Amino acid sequence: MSPPTQQREKIARPPTAREHAVDRLFKWVTGIFAGFTALVVALIVILITKQAMPAILKYGPGFVVSRHWDAGKGQFGILPEIVGTMVSSTIGVALAAVFGIAVAVFLTEEFIPRWLESILKNVITLLAAIPSVVYGLWGIFVVIPTIRPGCNWLHEHLGWFPLFSTPLLSVGLLPAALVLTIMILPTVTAISRDAIAAVDPLLREAAFGMGATRWETIVGVTLPTSKRGIYGSIVLGLGRALGETMALAMLVGSANVISPSLFSPADTLAALLANKFPEAASPLDLGALMYAALVLLILTLLVNMGGEWIIRRDSTGNVPGKEAASK
Amino acid sequence: MTTNTHSTAALAAAPSIRKVDLEQLDRSLRRPRTLVSFCLSVLCGILALLAALPLLSVLLMLIWRGGARLSLALFTDLPPAAGMQGGGIGNAIIGTLLVVLLAALISIPLGVLGGVYLAEINPEGPGAAVVRFCAKLLTGLPSILAGVFAYTTVVLLTGRFSPLAGGVALALIMLPIIMLTAEEAIRSVGAEMSEAAIGMGATQTQVVWHILLPTAAPGILTGVLLALARGAGETAPLLFTMTFSDYWLTRHLMEPTASLAVLIFNFSKSPFEAQKEFAWAASLVLVFIVLVLTLGGQALSRQATKMSGL
Repeated sequence: MSPPTQQREKIARPPTAREHAVDRLFKWVTGIFAGFTALVVALIVILITKQAMPAILKYGPGFVVSRHWDAGKGQFGILPEIVGTMVSSTIGVALAAVFGIAVAVFLTEEFIPRWLESILKNVITLLAAIPSVVYGLWGIFVVIPTIRPGCNWLHEHLGWFPLFSTPLLSVGLLPAALVLTIMILPTVTAISRDAIAAVDPLLREAAFGMGATRWETIVGVTLPTSKRGIYGSIVLGLGRALGETMALAMLVGSANVISPSLFSPADTLAALLANKFPEAASPLDLGALMYAALVLLILTLLVNMGGEWIIRRDSTGNVPGKEAASK
Repeated sequence: MTTNTHSTAALAAAPSIRKVDLEQLDRSLRRPRTLVSFCLSVLCGILALLAALPLLSVLLMLIWRGGARLSLALFTDLPPAAGMQGGGIGNAIIGTLLVVLLAALISIPLGVLGGVYLAEINPEGPGAAVVRFCAKLLTGLPSILAGVFAYTTVVLLTGRFSPLAGGVALALIMLPIIMLTAEEAIRSVGAEMSEAAIGMGATQTQVVWHILLPTAAPGILTGVLLALARGAGETAPLLFTMTFSDYWLTRHLMEPTASLAVLIFNFSKSPFEAQKEFAWAASLVLVFIVLVLTLGGQALSRQATKMSGL
């Protein structure tokens, strides 16, 4: 790209005093705009903590282990939401890891022609583009009717088993976790694909040269070499799963219960905020929700920082230092 | 021995196993090792196909259920009241466009100039490291917490739900996407061009405006389009910042406003068939907007990589 013509006419000359002043001002402005990001992160933490303060002082740590949420009686506790968040995220991440790594391997190990590879890759990328609320709608009208007969068959015949101890009426933990799987699949696939593609082809060829089959190479060489990136992708997927709101608010059932059954309605922290916040009336109500928001914030910040840290450590196990930052 | 050296030479020329003629290998499925390998390949293929199924199902449902309501009235009328027939989602489309525009006005200047700072003004400083880290954290911020932030700032300060509060919430989600892609795009501009400009006496500011930003424009625009797509589809941050309205936006602007995403959420729980149909029609419109933005961004980014490759 050529510089604008006026620039060319002047050819070379030192900058004027005015240009120096503009330069300094511009640098300041960019610095302030960039610093705004840090300011916002600090503000989020400070403001949510401040709003949650009345509830923190009133309920203390007991808030996290109490099971009751009754705005009328002024009782608040988020244990069912924490358990629901953990369980739905764990199921979602476990399934997404299986599918995500399978797709990542399928996309990198030359199973299919290039053009088919790029189609599959784009399909997975587009999965991430569909809005969460549309997945919720799809879950209600497609996933739940599809899995309900199978789930209720399991309940009738294996109802003694705690995981199947309730029937799937409509919304519940399992459909929520399944839709969650689809939503975090692109994250897991993209990051582990990059990690697998970065494995030195010489390692792979050495394994082939020693007579290993394709899968002996994948399981014995490729996956162990790229394991750090794969773990990182799973942790970052977990970070997304914990904070995912709309699909869960629509599918999980918002029931303040702890049940061992996969088919029982449950609740998650983000869904609790989405469902209760618009109707929060009293300041204490709002304070309790802010307390829940703070717990969610801390949880996701820790998980995301962990994921970034795992990915940024390079394969030799070095903690990211100055060399990693300059890359 | 000769074949061995031969293949090493071939590998050195092109480090890819594509050159090896796999068809010539003897792969008998009666051997347990090859059988296991074959079965795992099939299993892996099935898992990959299953993973592609949901997108197909979502798109088919959108066309089937959402397409049923597609008409001019959909874009020009107000949503039906409970139990009523007819109507459209015109106010929600306008609301979504307005709130995304507001969010873009906030996040694009902050994001692009922030990206300039990270890539060019002070890339190695401790400040840049902190900002980069915070932007990464913001990318992972649950979108509902962006809504909580906008609630505690804009809604509590102005005392009302408004598109402005919704715009602030969405801007928070879009900002890190724009900033990090802008940084990446500016960094990928060759150093020779800015060095030539500096040699001719240009200040850093002039280099940024006349060389870096125009050259990196396709990459930056990719980030902007992807961020717009993300923002348009977000629901959670709007639930208690902009809420919902059954009516057209008035001149005041500072009032509860409808959006496609919140309309889908509200109507999905409705017992009335007509409202459910509108939830699907709104989803079709929303997904269309989001996919056009996403595909546009991807096409631009392919073009940008092609240009930098030349």
